[in-house]
Amino acid sequence: MAECTEESTMCDPRHALLLQSVQSGLPLVHRPYAELGQRIGMSETEVIGLLSEWVAAGIIKRIGVVVRHRSLGYDANAMVVWDVPDGRIGDVGRRMSAFDFVTLCYRRPRQGDAWPYNLFCMIHGKDRANVLAQIELLAASCDLTDVPRDVLFSRRCFKQRGARYAARALAAS
Amino acid sequence: MMNDLERTIVNGLQGGFPICERPFLAAAERLGIGEEELIEGVRGLLDQGVLSRFGPLYHAERMGGALTLAALKVPEADFEAVAEAVNAFPEVAHNYARDHALNMWFVVATDKPERCLEVIDEIEAATGLHVYNMPKLAEYFVGLRLEV
Repeated sequence: MAECTEESTMCDPRHALLLQSVQSGLPLVHRPYAELGQRIGMSETEVIGLLSEWVAAGIIKRIGVVVRHRSLGYDANAMVVWDVPDGRIGDVGRRMSAFDFVTLCYRRPRQGDAWPYNLFCMIHGKDRANVLAQIELLAASCDLTDVPRDVLFSRRCFKQRGARYAARALAAS
Repeated sequence: MMNDLERTIVNGLQGGFPICERPFLAAAERLGIGEEELIEGVRGLLDQGVLSRFGPLYHAERMGGALTLAALKVPEADFEAVAEAVNAFPEVAHNYARDHALNMWFVVATDKPERCLEVIDEIEAATGLHVYNMPKLAEYFVGLRLEV
């Protein structure tokens, strides 16, 4: 029996069914939520209600499109990593994420000598020189000119897909 | 190359899609295009592979699952074989080759928190390499929006 914690909203098998059915994508029809409901025996109103609830609860960040950035010419995909003193990291992270060319910004654990960096940000650009200039701008405006940093451009993407989740209730059955 | 309609759609839908009876109609009105144009436009962009998905983006932790970023130091000669072994795990969501001694970076997403560390162990066993596991400790930004 799979564990069913309080935080898990997916314990209701009907919820799990909706989650599974919407996971592969929204149907491209005039009333996609009615169509989803029809597949699993739920009304359009119920589907709309549940999805809205999940968005409000933050379980779904949003419904939208995921762009394969390479197909749009965003080839200069840089992971920029910094070794920020622990006491400054919250402040630096917030300042950095305010730049609109920074698309993701996370604190992650250092890995000893092999990897001294604790702040990661992503910049998706069309041009390497431009991305490097943006990194200089970040360093100057966040007081990071003296901290160790590295820039890891991607060479190849082997796999890009959305994460998929099997709901717990289904895993249990 | 994308036409103006496709560009409008890509830029307009990254921020979110309505949840209501006629969501394509609502979104199309906001973008100043027709409902049918929007539906067919999204279909075309999915077919061309410009969009990899059209649907909900989940928050892994709030779903009760887990997500981590991991890296490997792969000897160049073994790169293809290791990539194949890593990508064979259904829990591996993205995998990128990057220019660094740590040259392979991938995301592991699992629907149960404990499964995440198991997958890391299994990848170590399958590749014979140490996996550097770097789950996020704090997040300062979440959106990913590319203007086209």
